[in-house]
Amino acid sequence: MSKILIYPTNSLVLADLVDRFGHEPLTIPQEIRKKVTSVGLDSPPLNITPEDPKIGLKYAAVEVPSGVRGRMALIGPLLEKADAAVVVSDPEATFGCMGCARTNELVNFLIRAKKIPMLELSYPTNDDDARDFVYKIAEFLQSSEVLKHE
Amino acid sequence: MEDADVSKKDVITKLIILSSRHMMPGDLLYKIYALRKDVIVKETCFGAEVSGKKEDVNSLIRDIRILDPYGIFIKERGFPIGDLRRCRATSGGGARPGFHQIEAEAATLPLMSRALLEYDMGVKPTTHEKPAKLDVDVFKKIIADCLHSL
Repeated sequence: MSKILIYPTNSLVLADLVDRFGHEPLTIPQEIRKKVTSVGLDSPPLNITPEDPKIGLKYAAVEVPSGVRGRMALIGPLLEKADAAVVVSDPEATFGCMGCARTNELVNFLIRAKKIPMLELSYPTNDDDARDFVYKIAEFLQSSEVLKHE
Repeated sequence: MEDADVSKKDVITKLIILSSRHMMPGDLLYKIYALRKDVIVKETCFGAEVSGKKEDVNSLIRDIRILDPYGIFIKERGFPIGDLRRCRATSGGGARPGFHQIEAEAATLPLMSRALLEYDMGVKPTTHEKPAKLDVDVFKKIIADCLHSL
């Protein structure tokens, strides 16, 4: 079972497909769960502490908005663990403020910079696209470049 | 602190989202109860949320998927069920964070259901040739023609 980073990092469809084809999806709720369910919260209610932007410093410079560094504190550990990635390019639901938009750009850059096997797709809008979407993901997840990490 | 935290960290929450012709959220709930697993279950408008120890939830998910392999979609959720930090009843209304991603992807679930069924039946996607990008010289000629006709 390889660890597959998905982008958007909270995608239902991608997380389900990766799980369905026998791999572990790396999704942002996993990191959020670790934060919000810790016994004895350091910084209630969401346990976002001053340490988080410091973790983000590993991925983005200090001049970068703290929102990007804060988000990278959650997404960064997932990137470190990833054996491969499935990326949906320009998903409509990921538009947002500078923090969100720049984080998305940075995550996409870091996935490419890590030089892990990557599949890039678009969300399907009709049956033909959906068939292609599922087929490509299934073939990618069963390919030797992904399976060699098992 | 780390040791005391282990049992809490083992508890995961998953969202079960239905796009099924055969099953409504109420039916799903009865099926989950019938499996007699040691999990907390909440019925929702889109399906159900289940929370419990990782191995219990994962085993339940495996059993649930069999009921409708192409109509049940699953993703992880960061916050526990009924968490006051996320519950809309206590947060003054509005969509829960994460809702918009699910809403955007819910539209593609019927397409995914059909595509997964066809993938399992061995249907290969029809290849669509993408139209080639416009050649620069051709584009220059179009511009020149347009300017000439003014």
